[in-house]
Amino acid sequence: MLRTDALTRLQSTGQYALELEAVSRHFGALVALADINLTVKAGERRAVLGSNGAGKTTLFNAITGDFPPTTGRVRLFGEDVTDLSIHERIRRGLRRTYQISLLFDGLSVVDNVYLACRGASRGRLSLRRPKPDDAMTHAAETLLDAVHLGAERESLVSELSHGQQRQLEIALALAGAPRFILFDEPAAGLSPTERSELIEILQSLPTHIGFIIIEHDMDVALRVAESVTMMHNGRIFKEGNPEEIENDPEVQELYLGGGHA
Amino acid sequence: MADLSLIAGKSRLPNIHPAALVAAVFLLFYPAFASNFFIFQVGAYTLVLGTIALSLMMLAGYGGMVSLSQLTVAGLAGYLMAILGENSVGVMGLGWPWWLTALTAILAASVFSALIGAISVRTEGIYTIMITLAIAVAFFYFVRQNYVIFNGFTGYAGVEPPVLFGIYWRDPTPFYYLSLAVAAFFFFAVLYGARSTFGLSLQAIRDNPRRMRAIGYDVTLHRIFAYWLAGLIAGTAGVLMVWFNGRISPGSVGVDIVIDILVIAVVGGMRHPIGPFIGALAFVLLENFAIDLIDRERFNTVIGLAFLLVVLFSPDGLLGLWMRIKNALKLKRRTLPESGGGQ
Ligand SMILES: Nc1ncnc2c1ncn2[C@@H]1O[C@H](COP(=O)(O)OP(=O)(O)OP(=O)(O)O)[C@@H](O)[C@H]1O
Ligand SMILES: [Mg+2]
Repeated sequence: MLRTDALTRLQSTGQYALELEAVSRHFGALVALADINLTVKAGERRAVLGSNGAGKTTLFNAITGDFPPTTGRVRLFGEDVTDLSIHERIRRGLRRTYQISLLFDGLSVVDNVYLACRGASRGRLSLRRPKPDDAMTHAAETLLDAVHLGAERESLVSELSHGQQRQLEIALALAGAPRFILFDEPAAGLSPTERSELIEILQSLPTHIGFIIIEHDMDVALRVAESVTMMHNGRIFKEGNPEEIENDPEVQELYLGGGHA
Repeated sequence: MADLSLIAGKSRLPNIHPAALVAAVFLLFYPAFASNFFIFQVGAYTLVLGTIALSLMMLAGYGGMVSLSQLTVAGLAGYLMAILGENSVGVMGLGWPWWLTALTAILAASVFSALIGAISVRTEGIYTIMITLAIAVAFFYFVRQNYVIFNGFTGYAGVEPPVLFGIYWRDPTPFYYLSLAVAAFFFFAVLYGARSTFGLSLQAIRDNPRRMRAIGYDVTLHRIFAYWLAGLIAGTAGVLMVWFNGRISPGSVGVDIVIDILVIAVVGGMRHPIGPFIGALAFVLLENFAIDLIDRERFNTVIGLAFLLVVLFSPDGLLGLWMRIKNALKLKRRTLPESGGGQ
């Protein structure tokens, strides 16, 4: 019922960070997303759960434009961005991380983050070297400390551990005044310590920043999210607050009965 | 990786590598002890070819875009020098002052390069090579068939640098220093630019274009801008090239020379802007002295073999080979005292 509620409010824009209207995505004959209607309020933190191949990453790709939807509309902060390219959506405050880290292997850690900070501001084509007192350099340093990579600033990405690469992945998404972030399984493959560091980072984000987090680990998801969307076979099949979802018999059957790792 | 520390290290003035200092002094005083042949045919020609290859190194090494039309861009600048300036053929030759001609030629070449970029940037890898090669071939046939503007098969002769400050700039020593100045300027510009915001973004696009889009970069725009910059380098080298040869014809922009530029950049190494110049030197030396050993017709076989050997044994060129030898020596030096104990 939360879903029909959301549908009726689709017309009123502005208070929503994200609105998806009948979004579907086909890969040949495969329907990876089928008629998704989804709204997320500004500042809201949402978890998306679902088994492998449910279409979670495809949903993110549709939102960012990595793989634009086959049909349907995507609105960001009330603006229809369906026909905008990725970088234009990013410049409007959208950010994302990737399930499999996509980093700049040939560059140092600090250069990775510097570019992410610069990407959302002016001077991207500057032929001058950034000065040490450059605002973006400062922003990059601050961000590195926040994700516990301060000691690795000069390391090459290829020299980082898996956990550190995941942290850098997060840093790239936090750079440059984000308003809405999509985290694709940020906790996958992290050690328990790294996992709690991650939860801390997510919980300490300024309240105006909303996000969607895809997470297989229910514990992580439920600690950072205030609402949950369950996906299955390219469809949303349940939405609600964490308690509702956790105690839902259908969800339990799918998650526990389905033998999910 | 080694190339990054090299770029960062060499750029800071206080810690200039001694080898770089020796090379700089050698290049500055080279005409004092070299013969005219070595100053002009070897020295200046190496610098001109190296500068054209530098434009390819910048696109391919930093941007991951292997463009085979950089010689074509240089060639357009060369043609424009003959068309807008003066030539001895009696076709075109609008007689513009040399500086206006050169400036227009370089700017037009850079715009041409940006256009080539706009056409090819949506492709990747082997397809970029194919498209840019196709453009190079098309340009070759176009100038060969067009008599009104490009004087077809014959092309142009009598294209000369100006007499300025009482110096005839095609004389070996002045032309050498002119080429050295241009080569050094672009070499240091690329070296500096590699750590600029745009330079970093270009390398990031090479590493991961999809992620660059996802942090707010217009990847297509950045690639086209890189082509434009590379066009400035190639165009300026093209002006030098036509002054060096005194003439330009379809043969100057033929596929064989297009491939030579690629060979030079690959053999030299594309991880550092010095690579193209090392490659050019190796190429020019082979071109001039291999004929003492074998027939002229076999020259391409020799070049091809040298290319194969370098690519097989050192995918990052002579520069990479040198870095590996240096690292091996360093490792030896570091481990010797330990393993040698009290020696
Ligand atoms: N680029 C693509 N080309 C073809 N099929 C794709 C592509 N991307 C996703 N798919 C298919 O779409 C379906 C949904 O994939 P998606 O990656 O969105 O699942 P997911 O919910 O993120 O799963 P996981 O938990 O494994 O990450 C899968 O069947 C997948 O094989
Ligand atoms: Mg996924």
